[in-house]
Amino acid sequence: MPNTNQTQVMSDKFAGLVEKAKAYAEHILSLTNDSFEKTVAVAFALCLVGAVLVSGSAVILKPLQVSNKAADEKTNILEVAGMLEEKTNVEEAFKKFEPKIVDLETGDYVNDMNPETFDQRKASKDPALGVEIPSDKDIAKIGRKSKYAKVYLVKEDGKTKAVIIPVSGYGLWSTMHGYMALEDDGQTVIGLNLFDQAETPGLGGEVVNPKWKALWKGKKVYKEANEAGTDFQKKHHTEVGEPILTLVKGSVDPSKPGALHQVDGLAGATLTSNGVNNLIRYWLGSEGFAPYLAKFRAQRG
Amino acid sequence: MQAETKKVLLDPLVDNNPITLQVLGICSALAVTSQMSTSLIMSLALTLVTAFSSAGIAFIRNHVPSSIRIIAQMVIIASLVIVVDQLLKAFAYDISKKLSVFVGLIITNCIVMGRAEAYAMKNPPLESFWDGIGNGLGYSAVLISLAFVRELFGSGKILGFDVMPLVKDGGWYVPNGLLLLPPSAFFLIGLLIWAVRSWKPVQVEKPDFSINHAAHGEAH
Repeated sequence: MPNTNQTQVMSDKFAGLVEKAKAYAEHILSLTNDSFEKTVAVAFALCLVGAVLVSGSAVILKPLQVSNKAADEKTNILEVAGMLEEKTNVEEAFKKFEPKIVDLETGDYVNDMNPETFDQRKASKDPALGVEIPSDKDIAKIGRKSKYAKVYLVKEDGKTKAVIIPVSGYGLWSTMHGYMALEDDGQTVIGLNLFDQAETPGLGGEVVNPKWKALWKGKKVYKEANEAGTDFQKKHHTEVGEPILTLVKGSVDPSKPGALHQVDGLAGATLTSNGVNNLIRYWLGSEGFAPYLAKFRAQRG
Repeated sequence: MQAETKKVLLDPLVDNNPITLQVLGICSALAVTSQMSTSLIMSLALTLVTAFSSAGIAFIRNHVPSSIRIIAQMVIIASLVIVVDQLLKAFAYDISKKLSVFVGLIITNCIVMGRAEAYAMKNPPLESFWDGIGNGLGYSAVLISLAFVRELFGSGKILGFDVMPLVKDGGWYVPNGLLLLPPSAFFLIGLLIWAVRSWKPVQVEKPDFSINHAAHGEAH
């Protein structure tokens, strides 16, 4: 049998190599520590062991890490839409969400890209898919943005109930990434969830505090037709005005006009609050999702 | 042997604490102690890395050429830290997000290097392992007490559970925002070192130099 012969030869060769390696290891170990040969051999052996350890753990744990990340993303999207309860099955609930790719400039859906595999953050760094934001327009201080964005439509009984848009902006220490959920009027906020941030815990880090996030529900992003100062609308012939939703110092006085466009600022975190203001102005303005949301509203009727 | 193990395990807790006596590893003690949960994981990560890297370094200590000694130690430490980081990302995703870069920075934590250089290069693997555990525990003790004070008085919570209801949530406690910022850990460590050295005056360092008065000096 040539096959067994071959294996025999191979294993003989292998055994021979092992012998040689053993002999070489003994030779190296018997050298004085400071000899050149030993220095190189020890360094090489250490690097080899380290590399195997590191790449081994990275490769073995990769699937777990990827699924953690995806599950985390889905949980956050469910949360911003107000659809996350204690016993919610994330995968099950997520079936109601339809990912779509949007061309930010025209506001149209793009159908020739796969929304499942599209990664907006990677795309913003890609020279073909991303663009540099001119510094005078870069109010959210993010540097680059993707020309396309991945939004989620929440469908119920075939009707679109809500839309979830990705937002990001610089706070005090970090770029905060997250999602904002709007009702089908593209105007009323369901929630804002800036889950990916590294602001000061206890101060700016309170952007993830559920009590603060609850304040956003029902707020209106844009000026409405019956409100004072709607020149913008007349000029641009839009249903709604510029985004004016902001955080205010202290607490919102619900009796005052404009309370619908105000959310309590974060105590002791002025710069993070500014960051949140900026990211709303940017992403809901004409550089961000305003063109898309205009079309989104038009389709609703 | 038994006595040695006990000594290397328990000494670093107070008598030879890496933070309060050796003043090593301050950087991460400032950064991760605003919450108990991050401190606990950081302590665990550092203890494991110190123990295993010390053991690994002690294992090869007789064959490490002195010219590449530090680099050889770094390779072992860095590999272990990356493995720990990967494990956290796979099994404790939320915590790993909170610790972000600080796990990676264990590589440069002076305690790990300090123990490798001071103990593991001269002692057998098992003792070095216990020495690493002991120093990790000493670090953990300081980290956890700092985090306890900072989280309790900074945000009225312990391990995320409300202990003292905050004014902004309708309670009575006005939190001290300074405690949530890194410099507060400096003050707390300073106070802690003061307290420990008043309790154990042996730890007080001798002055580096003393001023010679003219009467005893060269004036003659």
